Amino acid sequence: MNNSQINKLKNLIFKLFAIFCTSVGLIVLVVLLYVVMSKGLARIDFDFLTNLPSRSAERAGIYTALAGMVWILVLTVLIAFPIGVGAGIYLQEYGKRNMFTNFIEINISNLAGVPSIIYGILGLELFGRFLGFGNSILTGSLTLSLLVLPLIIVSTREAIKAVPGSLREASYGLGATKWQTISRVVLPSAFGGIMTGLILAVSRAVGETAPLIVIGALVYVPFIPEGPMDEFTVLPIQIFNWVTRPQAGFVTNAAAAIVILLAFTFMMNGIAVIIRNRFNKRTKF
Amino acid sequence: MVKVKEKAIEGFLIFCSLLTVLTTLGIILVLASETITFFKEVSIIEFFTGTEWTPLFANKKFGILPLVCGTLLTTLIAISVALPLGLTIAIYLNEYAHQKFTAIVKPLLEILAAVPTVVYGFFALTFVTPLLQSFIPNLSGFNALSAGLVMGVMIIPYISSLSEDALRAVPKSLREAAYGMGSTKLQTAFRVMVPAASSGIVVSVILAISRAIGETMIVAVAAGQEPKFTFNPLTSVETITTYIVQVSMGDVPQNSLEYRTIFSAGMALFIFTFLLNNISFWIKKKFQQRYE
Repeated sequence: MNNSQINKLKNLIFKLFAIFCTSVGLIVLVVLLYVVMSKGLARIDFDFLTNLPSRSAERAGIYTALAGMVWILVLTVLIAFPIGVGAGIYLQEYGKRNMFTNFIEINISNLAGVPSIIYGILGLELFGRFLGFGNSILTGSLTLSLLVLPLIIVSTREAIKAVPGSLREASYGLGATKWQTISRVVLPSAFGGIMTGLILAVSRAVGETAPLIVIGALVYVPFIPEGPMDEFTVLPIQIFNWVTRPQAGFVTNAAAAIVILLAFTFMMNGIAVIIRNRFNKRTKF
Repeated sequence: MVKVKEKAIEGFLIFCSLLTVLTTLGIILVLASETITFFKEVSIIEFFTGTEWTPLFANKKFGILPLVCGTLLTTLIAISVALPLGLTIAIYLNEYAHQKFTAIVKPLLEILAAVPTVVYGFFALTFVTPLLQSFIPNLSGFNALSAGLVMGVMIIPYISSLSEDALRAVPKSLREAAYGMGSTKLQTAFRVMVPAASSGIVVSVILAISRAIGETMIVAVAAGQEPKFTFNPLTSVETITTYIVQVSMGDVPQNSLEYRTIFSAGMALFIFTFLLNNISFWIKKKFQQRYE
């Protein structure tokens, strides 16, 4: 065997190894889905969705967790969306390249790397105790808003960056002010990208568990929250609670709740991909 | 009138951006103030050198090393899974695979990072641990190994996607020059492409480490709640994040010393990840190769 053949052999071996590595990632995903489905799918029925939590695994349902999730998501979007898009617009359209905007940029990429549980500690102290919101839905939403803010800001900036300068110049040429240009020209053409970011942020917020545990979200909530100051639980916390119980029935419940949580997460990510593809196709300048 | 409105809007937008700075300040203030109160009662030397962590017991000991040990152990296991797999996948997608294949597989792998972490915890506890126990009989029900392995799979896409981006940014001419010299794809990848993209690859690995250190739910579900000063992956350990969850779930009275431990533990966690994030930022700025 000469040198060239050895090199070709090495190349082939690495290629096979690489195919193996790539499939490991995908296989784990498939196995994970299979395990969850095989344990949980049979448990899902109408009662499971509409029952209150219970001490007996067979009668327990996820109604309060779903209601809490809807409350949390709606409030989080209402709070985080305007602020995130606003900050994105400022950094991309107004901010000049100076120390101030540089600092904010570094700060945002830092925030994106802060562990979610730290946001929980901030929320607990700032919203829960200092502002006195306790362990309410409002505290949870405010905490999650801060958590997803960097995500929304970055995707807003990316979307705005992709809008060609010629559109802005045309708008200015017609005598529009800066804000008129942004609100009527830039934002509509960046809409798809901004929505993609928002949906991914929602998908992130749905799956977050740790920060909500830290702010004191309850594990056992036998009632439906009726206002933003009520106590609450969400799906991932319910799952966490069930997983840690020793009885087998609760593990089945956890698997069933995971199926629903995953369905929601994948749906969100799917919608984000569809919007992104559509948007990319339509706006060709 | 129009001018006033324009100014008002700009003011609101500046306020929105400033909120992000306030968030950072808030985190530092909250952690620092509670940590300072904590250190008035607990010796700082004991905190950093003690090898026992028992704030919730009658005989309280406040040495954070067992928690740091648990965190490093699970992170180490995760990285030793994610680094070889992630980097190989990145090279494969960039160098070997068909473009269409890459376009499909990359988003599929990214699903791994989108799955809520409590789901991975469930997977580690109810599937991976029993599976491993059939090979390793003395593996305990809660253990660092299975939590670390599953966490490693979770962070694969951080390394594979970001490294692939870095490899893709290397200009074609470099690769073609390597081919022109008669290199195989393997030689091109490891002697030309990877060195040229090294800063981007290092950044992706640091981000993945930082993600693993801060990961909470997988370890909280599957790694156990026993702070141990050990690097044995077969036993249960407790990470910093798990400890914070444990205290939050329990009924520790607010404003007590036990309660304040979550802030000092959180401070340690924050400093770890903050340093890592800034190192990666610095590497990106300093070593990023610019090609004409």
